[in-house]
Amino acid sequence: MKLRIEHETRYRFDAPVRGVIQAHRLWPGSFEGQNVLSWKVDTDGGVVGASYCDAAGDRISTVTWRTPVEEFAITVSGLVETADTSGVLRGFKERSVPAAYLRHTQQTYPDAALRTLCEEALEGMEEAGPLDRAHKLAACVAEAIEYALGETEPHTTAAEALALGKGVCQDHAHTLIALCHIAGIPARYVSGYLHAREDGAPHEASHAWAEVFIGGLGWVGFDAANGCCPDERYVRLGSGLDSLYAAPIRGIASGAASEDLNVRVTVAAQEQFQQQ
Amino acid sequence: MNTKTPPVYFDEMSDTGGIRAPYKRLDDWHRTMPSGIRNIKQHEAEALFRRIGITFAVYGEGGDPERLIPFDMFPRVFTFGEWRKLERGIKQRAQALNMFLSDVYDRGEIVKAGRIPADLVYRNEAFEIAVHGFRPPKSVFSHIVGIDLVRTGPDQFYVLEDNCRTPSGVSYMLENREIMMRMFPDLFVKNRIAPVDHYPNALKSTLASVAPQKCDHEPRVVVLTPGHFNSAYYEHTFLADMMGVELVEGQDLFVEGDFVYMKTTEGPKKVDVIYRRLDDAFIDPLCFRPDSMLGVPGLMSVYLSGGVTICSAPGAGVADDKAIYVYVPEMIRFYLGEEPILENVPTFQCGKADDRKYVLENLPELVVKEVHGSGGYGMLVGPKSSKSQIEAFRAKIEDNPGGYIAQPTLALSTCPTFVEEGIAPRHVDLRPYCLMGEKIELVPGGLTRVALTEGSLVVNSSQGGGVKDTWVMAE
Repeated sequence: MKLRIEHETRYRFDAPVRGVIQAHRLWPGSFEGQNVLSWKVDTDGGVVGASYCDAAGDRISTVTWRTPVEEFAITVSGLVETADTSGVLRGFKERSVPAAYLRHTQQTYPDAALRTLCEEALEGMEEAGPLDRAHKLAACVAEAIEYALGETEPHTTAAEALALGKGVCQDHAHTLIALCHIAGIPARYVSGYLHAREDGAPHEASHAWAEVFIGGLGWVGFDAANGCCPDERYVRLGSGLDSLYAAPIRGIASGAASEDLNVRVTVAAQEQFQQQ
Repeated sequence: MNTKTPPVYFDEMSDTGGIRAPYKRLDDWHRTMPSGIRNIKQHEAEALFRRIGITFAVYGEGGDPERLIPFDMFPRVFTFGEWRKLERGIKQRAQALNMFLSDVYDRGEIVKAGRIPADLVYRNEAFEIAVHGFRPPKSVFSHIVGIDLVRTGPDQFYVLEDNCRTPSGVSYMLENREIMMRMFPDLFVKNRIAPVDHYPNALKSTLASVAPQKCDHEPRVVVLTPGHFNSAYYEHTFLADMMGVELVEGQDLFVEGDFVYMKTTEGPKKVDVIYRRLDDAFIDPLCFRPDSMLGVPGLMSVYLSGGVTICSAPGAGVADDKAIYVYVPEMIRFYLGEEPILENVPTFQCGKADDRKYVLENLPELVVKEVHGSGGYGMLVGPKSSKSQIEAFRAKIEDNPGGYIAQPTLALSTCPTFVEEGIAPRHVDLRPYCLMGEKIELVPGGLTRVALTEGSLVVNSSQGGGVKDTWVMAE
């Protein structure tokens, strides 16, 4: 499948800010089932520098605006060829250590309710392998947290989402990560794009899911929000301990102005694209 | 362990054979000091410390930043031979700690070899995933290694803990000497004492030697402080001043493109090496704690892309917590193929069932410490604690065994210290500061802390500790 991605993030401040700095995790890697054919990040006048590749294989670059700025847009466009690998991340160059992905952050903190949920979900599965256990935990997240827009916010933690019983892909991913950690399975947060939802409805925002480390297989993606493993409809951007660490764009503006953020994402299959 | 017999402490000035050689002249000195002079001198010393403004707490212990840490005028002395052995041991340890850091942020051979448990390293809060895979200039992570030592006999020293992040207190070492030389110039004529005043220069060349590859000129070094409300702020200003470099706060620096710049009246100046006295979590809100107002947004990206060097390297703390401490002798064997010159204090890890059992059965005789604690807080000194204090700790250990270690109560050596009635033995420890850059360097001596309360084994300034000038006799 060839997917054309257009991703624009537009920032507007109600008064000019003195400067802005951002860390971009906007460069997808190529690996089995994901081949980046073309990719461009337009920074709208921001100075790009300090680029490096982290241990988890992500390319990170820094963009700065040192002059007063009121509005700008980060525009990502690219073409990626994908194939289904049943969620298994193969042939991706990274040097990270799975054991480092057993620690929790504020957003994946395992509270008592999460521990109970994990225990109950895995009851009778003591003999099962980690892959089956991960599947079970992912199903359990889908059941415990209903997909609902606008109920949670970017800072919502896994514990809060579970208590609420509602959330979006980010909350599903955090909750699955927390459950895996409790079960002693390394897990991390992945940000990326999704062509369409399982029910065929177009997905209009950036997507997120979890990756779980299974000995013998490596990192395996689990999209609890959609009850599946990532396939050819998914484009993987980058990973981190949680949504903050894996954020495609993390930034700070200097100044007291309030920020208005507008994100537009389209992920179109190339065939459809050509027909238009 | 039999605790019924009172412990016998090794006194560094007088053992069974009388006054030990290195202290002979000091013994004469205090005996012949005219009565009345001592009080005058003590007041003079205090006035000098106040005038200089050296009133900060040691080792980031918090407390009143205006409080003066008591200075005891009776020096602590090491012979050249004693120091030579300590020096070899400290350098060996500092090297192994740095090799460990290079290894765990790279391939993790020591973990793969099964010599250190993976969880202790990779699940450690101080292990920074963000710097995994990054090799800092000269492969040095910890540029100033503070190694806390205690002595229990003429030839018996133990390492109490390692400090690989930003050990403080070195300004005390320098000021103690300065003040002793001003007040008692004769002592320094009669005794051949190894100087320490070259430390700031050595620190500066250490920092300059780890400038990033992208730096093609004389490196610009700065000291990054969290600000004047920090308990060690005096030390930050002192070291910047002594090195002749700028003291900056986060807001004085900014990132643009590939580099970090300092705002100056003559326009932006590129910064190459940052000696930061700020914890990892605060140095870059774009990489670590997003709410930090103290750091420099984007600093980590510049660091990881080779545009600036941060000292100590972010992530260095994984080498110095109390759970990792147990494995330092193993690091020395693994990386250097040598036997440790300095011994660890035998340590029980409460996370291990057998150790825990022993600890819980012997709490009144042991010292229990929090793995992540510091400054003498969160610590139980069994023999000096009440039943209820001991029981409180028992509950804590049972609740979170992995968070605690325990050690036998050491018979810390004593050193003569001025008290109301003359001199009396008081327990001491030692923190030498080992510098690592292109080369490894150690200024003779270090900072001696003294527990001023009679019988107390806790030397921390927050718990009534003072400081002394530390002499290493020249050969």
